Amino acid sequence: MSAGPPLERQAAITGIGQSDVGRRLGRTDLDLTLDACLEAISDAGLTRDDIDGLATYPGAGTGMAGFSGPGTPEVQDALRLRLNWHHGGSEGPAQIQAVIAACLAVGAGLARHVLVYRTVTESTAQGEGGRQGIGGSGGGSGGVPRFSGFLQWSLPFGAVSAVNWIALVAQRRVHEFGLTGEQLGQIAVNGRRNAGRNPKAIYRDAMTLDDYLAARMISTPLRLFDCDAPCDGSTAVVVSHADYAPDAPRPACHVNAVGTALRGRPSWDQFDDMTTMAARDAAASMWERTDLRPADVDTAQLYDGFSILTMVWLEALGFCGRGESGPFVEGGSRIALDGALPLNTAGGQLSAGRLHGFGLLHEACVQLRGEGGDRQMPGRHEVAVVANGGGPIAGSMLLTRGSG
Amino acid sequence: MFANGPAFRLLPRLDQDNEFFWTGGKDGTLRFLRCQACRQFVHPPTPRCPACLSADVAPEPVSGHGTVHSFTVNHQQWIPGSDPYVIGLVSIDEQPDIRLMTNLVDCDPDGTLIGAPVEVAFEENDDVFLPLFRPRSDAGSATAGPEEAS
Repeated sequence: MSAGPPLERQAAITGIGQSDVGRRLGRTDLDLTLDACLEAISDAGLTRDDIDGLATYPGAGTGMAGFSGPGTPEVQDALRLRLNWHHGGSEGPAQIQAVIAACLAVGAGLARHVLVYRTVTESTAQGEGGRQGIGGSGGGSGGVPRFSGFLQWSLPFGAVSAVNWIALVAQRRVHEFGLTGEQLGQIAVNGRRNAGRNPKAIYRDAMTLDDYLAARMISTPLRLFDCDAPCDGSTAVVVSHADYAPDAPRPACHVNAVGTALRGRPSWDQFDDMTTMAARDAAASMWERTDLRPADVDTAQLYDGFSILTMVWLEALGFCGRGESGPFVEGGSRIALDGALPLNTAGGQLSAGRLHGFGLLHEACVQLRGEGGDRQMPGRHEVAVVANGGGPIAGSMLLTRGSG
Repeated sequence: MFANGPAFRLLPRLDQDNEFFWTGGKDGTLRFLRCQACRQFVHPPTPRCPACLSADVAPEPVSGHGTVHSFTVNHQQWIPGSDPYVIGLVSIDEQPDIRLMTNLVDCDPDGTLIGAPVEVAFEENDDVFLPLFRPRSDAGSATAGPEEAS
């Protein structure tokens, strides 16, 4: 590492905001986004005139209906922001890349207060048009689209969803490590238990391990509750220069290090070790940028688009050894709210809704600030790790609580 | 008990890079791009060898033998009318770091499937020959290993 602290350490999250979260809210993505953004700006003790940077993931027009949320031009114009820096894109270290980019912009002096948001309206989109197919183009007979890029290698065989691709990782872990359904189910059961204390969560009814195991198979060994719940909602944060932190009304969450590496092949099926994913590389690069160690982390907010991804992140981040996440979560007490490593304390995407990484970031800040209410973790809450992404997509961030 | 695949096959769009792969089954042969300089197999097809960066890459036949690296039984009705089918991830014997997503046919998706030797069995769909894999007919007998075609 080069001399001096990493650039991202000049950044702090000084404000957080979140819109209503739910199924088929029937509101536009911009409507939800503005709710989240205005709340975050106010929470940071700022007005929109202070915001000079804007970023989102993935930017307008990406993916299936309801996936991308509004682009930065739409939000900039709606709030009449006067920007020195702006950014949106989908290629990079997972959803949190927008926050990482904001940190670097702040560190580079391109902006002082960057508003970063992520909005989904996937639930409403599904209600309007049914579950969307993956887009293809031209070349087929009878008007049926054909597929290029990675999809050509998976779709012909009915591997049409990320759950199929991820299930191959899960099954390999069953084979190599003896992963059981009872172990995997702890991620879902833990999320549901925590969601019961989160008024915004999609699924709040109690779920036992037996309930989890009795649910239908989607793609073996992954069952219904191994898959996250599409929802509508927007999350926003304000990334400020750390020198603003003492003036912010709420305790700032300082960015200690970010994880951005992708050293293996950027592929769902050609990665060198099919028991893990790009998470391995992103996590390694994050620890290379800090003196903090996994034992210093008080809470982990780890991506759970599918439960198995959380297991992979637990190992990638060094909370346990390779292949040891099954025994690590077994019984569920270690990852519970009052356990040694409270995990996905708002319920995660499995139960609180697929806010696509940013829900986890929001919750990390809530816990560090001690504002969790019924779901506030007991004991020390000084360091949190947030991880986003699955397969060849991975990014992570280590946050520490400032004084104030 | 298990279907050979989904009720409806979505198909690849053929282009000058991938046509040899998707149409090679016409003569029953699985082919991969291979670097003529360093002999590395290259997949997915790219214009240069990622190992030595030579532009001299060309399709070559392989045995069609592989090993099941992982699998999943899909139950979700992504494609309506589909019975459960087995999605496999198969390592190619000649170079096991190359894997194909595929359908595993005529097999039991149980605890013994990972590591099982399999062989290619093409399924024709329009102009595309999809490489499916089934248990090897000569499995159990001593066969040439990964060095066979090197």
